[in-house]
Amino acid sequence: MTGYTSLEQQAKHRQLGLSDGQAIDMYRTMLLARKLDERSMLLQRAGKINFHISGIGQETAQVGAAFALQPGVDYLLPYYRDYAMVLAFGMTPRELMLCAFAKAEDPNSGGRQMPGHFGHKRLKIVTGSSPVTTQVPHAAGFALAARMTGQKFVSFVTFGEGSSNQGDFHEGINFAAVQRLPAIFMCENNQYAISVPYHKQVGTANIADRAIGYGIAGVRVDGTDALEVYRVVKEARERAIRGEGPTLIEAVMYRLTPHSTSDNDLVYRTREEVEYHRSRDGLPRFRQYLIDCGIWSEEQDAKLAEEIAAIVKDAIDYADKAPYPAPEDALKHVYAEEESTWRS
Amino acid sequence: MTYIQAITSAMRDEMERDERVFVLGEDVGVKGGVFGATKGLQERFGELRVLDTPLAESAIAGVAIGAAMYGLRPIAEMQYADFMLPATNQIISEAAKIRYRSNNDWNCPVVIRAPFGGGIFGGLYHSQCPESVFFGTPGLKIVAPATPYDAKGLLKAAIRDEDPVIYFEHKKCYQMIEGEVPEDDYIVPIGKADVKREGSDITVITYGLTLHFALQAAEELSSEQGIEAHVLDLRTIQPLDREAILAAAARTGKVLIIHEDNKTGGVGGEVAAIIAEELLYDLDAPIRRLCGYDVPAMPISPTLEKFYMLNKDKVKTAMRELALY
Repeated sequence: MTGYTSLEQQAKHRQLGLSDGQAIDMYRTMLLARKLDERSMLLQRAGKINFHISGIGQETAQVGAAFALQPGVDYLLPYYRDYAMVLAFGMTPRELMLCAFAKAEDPNSGGRQMPGHFGHKRLKIVTGSSPVTTQVPHAAGFALAARMTGQKFVSFVTFGEGSSNQGDFHEGINFAAVQRLPAIFMCENNQYAISVPYHKQVGTANIADRAIGYGIAGVRVDGTDALEVYRVVKEARERAIRGEGPTLIEAVMYRLTPHSTSDNDLVYRTREEVEYHRSRDGLPRFRQYLIDCGIWSEEQDAKLAEEIAAIVKDAIDYADKAPYPAPEDALKHVYAEEESTWRS
Repeated sequence: MTYIQAITSAMRDEMERDERVFVLGEDVGVKGGVFGATKGLQERFGELRVLDTPLAESAIAGVAIGAAMYGLRPIAEMQYADFMLPATNQIISEAAKIRYRSNNDWNCPVVIRAPFGGGIFGGLYHSQCPESVFFGTPGLKIVAPATPYDAKGLLKAAIRDEDPVIYFEHKKCYQMIEGEVPEDDYIVPIGKADVKREGSDITVITYGLTLHFALQAAEELSSEQGIEAHVLDLRTIQPLDREAILAAAARTGKVLIIHEDNKTGGVGGEVAAIIAEELLYDLDAPIRRLCGYDVPAMPISPTLEKFYMLNKDKVKTAMRELALY
């Protein structure tokens, strides 16, 4: 049941052009995201932070996608569960915890936005908001900029399956499709829009089919299989760079946690359903794959767990001790420079 | 030069001097816009920089916002201001908040041009003045020029601005208003109102088409009754030029605020509040407002449209009444 048992599949990452080191890096990134995520939930329960929204169960797809892109070249427009993706793009655990603690030094927003609202210009992670799917037309705009300036990059944007019902999903993808822009649209279909299940959200059997309506490539992939996600995103990127236009990818997965720390998911789904999907969690399957390939061991895994625990502890300690923004900083940056306090 | 020619020439000049500047919107390319504001630009700058888009306003705004965050200087044309509402989430939740929410890491130098106002038999959905929808959203700048000189100078300033600017252009001014526009490069700074007529008896504060009604009425009142009106053109409605508003109000102690947008929740209420906060005891009459009626939008039938629209005579009556108070 690991899904990675045959000899042919054991070499899959190499067939895809990933070195052993890169495959281990992928695992390390998804595990780091998982541990930061788990600790954030505990921090919220302990009253240290106000809120957390989790990406647990989605790390495999996020890491698979991010490793198929070019951090520093491509523009990432993430949604609020993409901890593993922004880590893969260069955000540090300290930065994520500064965000969770809403501290002044947080590069995402300086303590202005809720956790999970990523943004980091140097890393080409584009700032986002809470009204869902507004980032999809922005991704078309970044891809249009690539076309206009002749630069070889793609924009990569993620969103949930609930978001695929928004007008901005349609308008943004259609725009990119008409112009054949180098954009990749990836739906992280985790089966629930808070409490509303897929079949009450979407009339089609799957999200990828919506690509037909835009005349673009649509690909459905098992989001718990990091290497398959890597493969389809890499192909989508190659198509985009060749000028063959955008791709809509649906990565199928399951949200293993409640929607957020303010949600009780057992009101609308059963423990059995959640446990079933936990047994299919892609993260331990990827670890097993690395072990089966002979490039990872239980010993190394234990050592990595210790290393990550130390990193997480450092990040929390650092963020906990970091200063809050000065109260009057709330007046800054409404407009460029000194104009910003015109209404104070 | 007409008002619409001034708008076209501002875009042409800025596209010449800065290759990051481009125009996108419905029918802006081959057709040159439904009013002709982008006429000739696609021939000059090509299809990519004068981009005909799908009919989808949220995408026009949202794609422009993405390109602006990248570092380009998009000018997004909304065909009519009435059709901006599908893009409102992009403008208010995104453009206005990008600098603030990223703690100054990202910014969004986009210009959103929107033809507004009535008097063209446009009915409910081709006549609206939706500035109050956006007014009071910090992070946005909003301009509404009334003359060709200001139209060109403010559009150039908007394109060069580091923050999002909504540029309301009055449809009735397009062909009707002509004026001198210098050949050389100039801008009209955003946030600065302009005294369009000096006077000592009453102060009129306005913007857009109604400025012209006020100026015409002022000339008639001067020659007929010796009433001298001081007329302040706001030009920028966000941020309001508080100093200029207070100076203009103090000049006469009698203030009439005029706009085509409906009265309740309009810009005029804020202008009145600024004056009341600072100058109440210097006033010689209650602050008055002459605005559009509080009905959902302007009807099309000639009798109804004429009734709804302000004109020189309505403005003149209100000005005379205030002068005689």
